[in-house]
Amino acid sequence: MVVGDFSARDLARRLRRDGVTLHIGPFSVNLRSALPDVISGAHLLYRDYRVSESPFADFHVSVETPAGLRRWLKPQVFFSLDGNRPFKPLPRPQALATLEWGLNWCISAHCHQYLILHAAVAEKNGLAVMFPARPGAGKSTLTAGLVSRGWRLFSDELALLSLDEPGILTPVPRPINLKNESIAVIREFAPQSTMGPVVADTNKGTVAHMRAPVNSIERSSEPARPGFIVFPRFVGGSPTILDPESKARSFMTMAQQSFNFHVLADTAFDALHRTVSSCNCHELTYSNLDEAVYVLDELVADREVAAG
Amino acid sequence: MSNLIASVVAEPGCVSRFRLAEWDLLIRQARHSNLLARVHTHLQNHGQMTLVPEEAARHLNWASTLASRHADLVRLEIEEIHRALAPLGGPVVLLKGAAYLAAGLPAGRGRVFTDIDILVRRPDLERSEKALQKQGWATTHLNRYDQKYYRKWMHELPPMKHTVRKSLVDVHHGILPPTSRLSPSAEKLFSAIVPVAGWDGLYTLSREDMVLHSACHLFHDGEFEHGLRDLVDMDALLREFAREAGYWEKLVDRALDMDLIRPLFYALTYCRSLLDTPVPEQTLQRVRDEARVPSPVLDLMDNLLRRGLSPAHHSCEDRFTGLAHWLLYVRSHYLRMPFHLLLPHLAHQAFVVPINQRMAEREKTRTPTLQQLLARRARLPDEHRDP
Repeated sequence: MVVGDFSARDLARRLRRDGVTLHIGPFSVNLRSALPDVISGAHLLYRDYRVSESPFADFHVSVETPAGLRRWLKPQVFFSLDGNRPFKPLPRPQALATLEWGLNWCISAHCHQYLILHAAVAEKNGLAVMFPARPGAGKSTLTAGLVSRGWRLFSDELALLSLDEPGILTPVPRPINLKNESIAVIREFAPQSTMGPVVADTNKGTVAHMRAPVNSIERSSEPARPGFIVFPRFVGGSPTILDPESKARSFMTMAQQSFNFHVLADTAFDALHRTVSSCNCHELTYSNLDEAVYVLDELVADREVAAG
Repeated sequence: MSNLIASVVAEPGCVSRFRLAEWDLLIRQARHSNLLARVHTHLQNHGQMTLVPEEAARHLNWASTLASRHADLVRLEIEEIHRALAPLGGPVVLLKGAAYLAAGLPAGRGRVFTDIDILVRRPDLERSEKALQKQGWATTHLNRYDQKYYRKWMHELPPMKHTVRKSLVDVHHGILPPTSRLSPSAEKLFSAIVPVAGWDGLYTLSREDMVLHSACHLFHDGEFEHGLRDLVDMDALLREFAREAGYWEKLVDRALDMDLIRPLFYALTYCRSLLDTPVPEQTLQRVRDEARVPSPVLDLMDNLLRRGLSPAHHSCEDRFTGLAHWLLYVRSHYLRMPFHLLLPHLAHQAFVVPINQRMAEREKTRTPTLQQLLARRARLPDEHRDP
């Protein structure tokens, strides 16, 4: 049973009452909301996710409006983890984005069985490529481009690296968060993709979410070994250049951008050290998405030949 | 609905009867009460972790990972505080969580807390503050009202935050405000302090005073935000200390001596009734006789405390929970200072503070740059950062 099997009305009824528990990667999330845009957004973006019948859920979350005056006056919206509101409220139109950011927080603040890195991950031919974030680097755009051309989406935001040896990456495919110009770029690059509503004026500019490919969601219990670490760098008008990147710098950047390196301490150091050692590290400068996807296709194809 | 944390603390074996729905609820109650890691420790000590289904076990393990890292960091902070204050030569007494950890008590295992509480002699207070400042701790609560309120009326300095490591230290010179209805003598506390092995000049309170301080903090000073967590602490302390012959007698004698019999009465009563702490009947009887709480007060307090001590989760709330918490808050302030001081303070908290907060928020939300926003995301995952 997947979310899309519910009629819009049935889903709305369930989300308003006990909520619907979804399997999202290795986690189960019980979602509740009475807000029409969250309900229709969930129906669209979470269509292909399996519904859990278990009475246990890892996270009981809801998106809700505050009581009182703020319902009408400059209306706001809250993310709530089981009654606790970890963040300040956001303006009402950002309800769907609030849900996505809230879920990121749930995972990154709690799930310490993984080293959680701020990186997108996509897989092809059994090899996962990690795209750690440098600000404004366009990792989500690149990820959206790749998964529109047959790559499997692990995440556009959180890389879950197991701590045992050898480290593997666990998929947690979710809608891809596109910002500003990327929205139009992906619409043109992948007209077949499904995009949620566009919301302007958020903390991060204009945002929209692209639905994760159904195949990535169905295969979300299949982990993969990381083979490459690629730091994307979007530079308008630049040719596509794939440069080697130093392992030491890769390590430091990823450690700094990890969500729970400080919690796992030496365990995190060891896991990241093993991973960076076993991966080829690159920097990808690009402006043309077609070319970037082509270069990455070639990269994983070469490694396959080398491995074979 | 039922308080599953209390059931597990009172009788760990009860988890063998749990179905997934109960595990779901236990994890949620424990997360909200800041007791997940403690539940993990408790089940592990009683050999029950093998009975925990995989779904729930990993939540306990996650929390335990965080708690043990937290304990490492607290040890490092204690080291730093010791380094800052040892040259002054006066005794530095660790209180609450830091003390349980330093003394290697079971109550310290799996306990996560945000600040380190220390007690110094009143004459050492100013020098201690200066010494901590030199090592990088700076005062918080920078507005004039709060600074004055702390320094004039409280038994502690405004919390000090380390400018680099962001750790918080509360420097106390007593365990209750000087204006409080009860007045335990700080000198008496110092007369019974116990050295911490391996750290010259660092101490904890005596075993009796540790329990009394915890009782006093919860049932007199009244912070019910972590009510259940504090009660679980006391349960762990009492179970450990009760192994020493004659402990209960000494505890009651000390409570009488320190003028803290009423908080002890409430502590022992609710430890026993909610968590099944093995308080002997005659001890309870003696404390009851000595505390002499009038029965209408007892009934009212029972109604408030049962709500105040429930897990902070909606499964344990009824329509009086909010009111009960509010009344406990008012009670704690009423016990803390006389009315002519209290009313202006509460008025300040109710009217001036929200306005100031609102102004400060406005100040903050004024168009941060994209760089700032992204930097904020990459920071350590702070429980209360902006999304």
